[in-house]
Amino acid sequence: MKTVTTPQVSAQMLSHLRLKVAGEQAFILYFAEHTDAEVAAQIQAATQALVELVGTTLIDLVPSYASLLIVFDDNQLEFYQARKLVLDRIRQAAMQAQAEQADAGKQIILPVYYDSESGPDLDDLARDKGLTTAEIIKLHHQQEYRVYAIGFAPGFAYLGELDERLAAPRLATPRKAVPKGAVAIADRQTAVYPSVSPGGWNLIGMCPVPMFDATKTPSMPMTTGDRIKFEAISKADFIAMGGEL
Amino acid sequence: MNTFKVLNPGVMSLLQDSGRFGQHNIGLTVGGPMDPFAFNWANRLCQNDDNATVIETTIGGLQLEAMNDTQIAVTGALTQVMVNNQEQAMWQTVTIKAGDKIKLGFASQGARVYFAVAGGFNVEPQFGSTATVVREGIGGLTGAASAGKGLAKLDVLKTHKVGTVSVLAMPRVAIPNYDLECVLHTVLGYQEASFSRVDKASFFSSEYTVSERADRMGYRMLGAQVRSSTTAMLSEGICHGAIQVPADGQPIVLLNDRQTIGGYPKLGSVMARDTAKLAQLTQGKRLRFEPITIEDAHGMNQIERYKESQIQLLKVV
Repeated sequence: MKTVTTPQVSAQMLSHLRLKVAGEQAFILYFAEHTDAEVAAQIQAATQALVELVGTTLIDLVPSYASLLIVFDDNQLEFYQARKLVLDRIRQAAMQAQAEQADAGKQIILPVYYDSESGPDLDDLARDKGLTTAEIIKLHHQQEYRVYAIGFAPGFAYLGELDERLAAPRLATPRKAVPKGAVAIADRQTAVYPSVSPGGWNLIGMCPVPMFDATKTPSMPMTTGDRIKFEAISKADFIAMGGEL
Repeated sequence: MNTFKVLNPGVMSLLQDSGRFGQHNIGLTVGGPMDPFAFNWANRLCQNDDNATVIETTIGGLQLEAMNDTQIAVTGALTQVMVNNQEQAMWQTVTIKAGDKIKLGFASQGARVYFAVAGGFNVEPQFGSTATVVREGIGGLTGAASAGKGLAKLDVLKTHKVGTVSVLAMPRVAIPNYDLECVLHTVLGYQEASFSRVDKASFFSSEYTVSERADRMGYRMLGAQVRSSTTAMLSEGICHGAIQVPADGQPIVLLNDRQTIGGYPKLGSVMARDTAKLAQLTQGKRLRFEPITIEDAHGMNQIERYKESQIQLLKVV
């Protein structure tokens, strides 16, 4: 599973950011413990957000595998000022990137037949969360999701982020066969199973739209970065749209 | 204006301005004067811009012949300055006539001598600076034979044209004594947490000696070993003065010509004010490290900058 990345600072990344003093006029930001294309792209984006300050309050920047060293002029800035300046700039860039992203990607509406019949974990989930099934359904379809990643199985799209109130652990024992079209949640993610497969996510409904067809181009209705909205439908509509229980 | 001909470059003489900044992202290091205090005052004695190009000569032996009338100032390591076999004061503007022969002796205290000329040396900057970094082959005199190299015999040095400047002298009290005990104030940082408390205590309470491996890239120390529990790490940016500790436990203080990225664990960094003193130490000299917080380091810098701003050059009549 690999996400497609654009060189943007993400808000998600900021929560992983670690800052360490390096010297009297330098500190280092660690973006991750490891390195990969995404980390590299984020470091590049953070560098871009700061580069215009080089030659003024910042003296130099050294981007590396998982870190960015920032050298500031201590004749102009105290440490806490330099730290604030740099983190504010990076946050600003992250917010801008998020705002740009919010407009990007196409919106796809996926109809879902939410019911105990189509979603065998719906009742248990409602009980565990102290909500009615109607509230669970509403919380699930009232918001827009983003396709964060595609993987696990052909056509399996990881959608996020799920409302906190619905966040649920995976089943203690995964099902041997989750039906094709099952709408499921785990942690703060949600997905539609594109085909019959083993799975441990909580099932709350069924979607009649095929998520993967190898004979078609494109084979999937969505790509990473697209915006997904679920729409509650009746059993009759579900059947009419080709859904099978 | 052709001002000097190099008769003997001495041990190592490099043209340096204040350094090459903002180029780390393409891997270029800073270069520049190892002792910025002596560099700055050499330029001030010649009434030059802060960033004017001077010669940094290590250990000594530089000999020049003046091709035109000019004025110079020599600062830094204690060295005999002879003009036509007549001794001249260091830390003072000296008037030179065309044909004069200038000869620097060998440093008896300290290691780096700064030779400034009124107007500054006229050198084409590369990547925004004239600083010579031999390892990179960048800076200094341009042209295939000279680029990124130290001065060589018969090199001709141009200077920017300038009128006669005042003859000034540094007050005696402001001239550094390079023989004093050297304390390197260290801001802890980077992989500090990977060193045990015992090792850190030992590091700050032991005396270290400058090893034979001490150059513009870094000074390797001999003394109490320190060990990091970090064995593998991703290479990351190295700032000026960073104390890198390889597996042998002997710390290396990284200086002007350091690599910009490296993968050894680092304990923190020595303040620039103190690396200037370190750069004046020769092999076998002793020193110790003392911890300082980044806030206190800034406080110290403010005070020292203020003190330096209060130094008034004396007019020599």
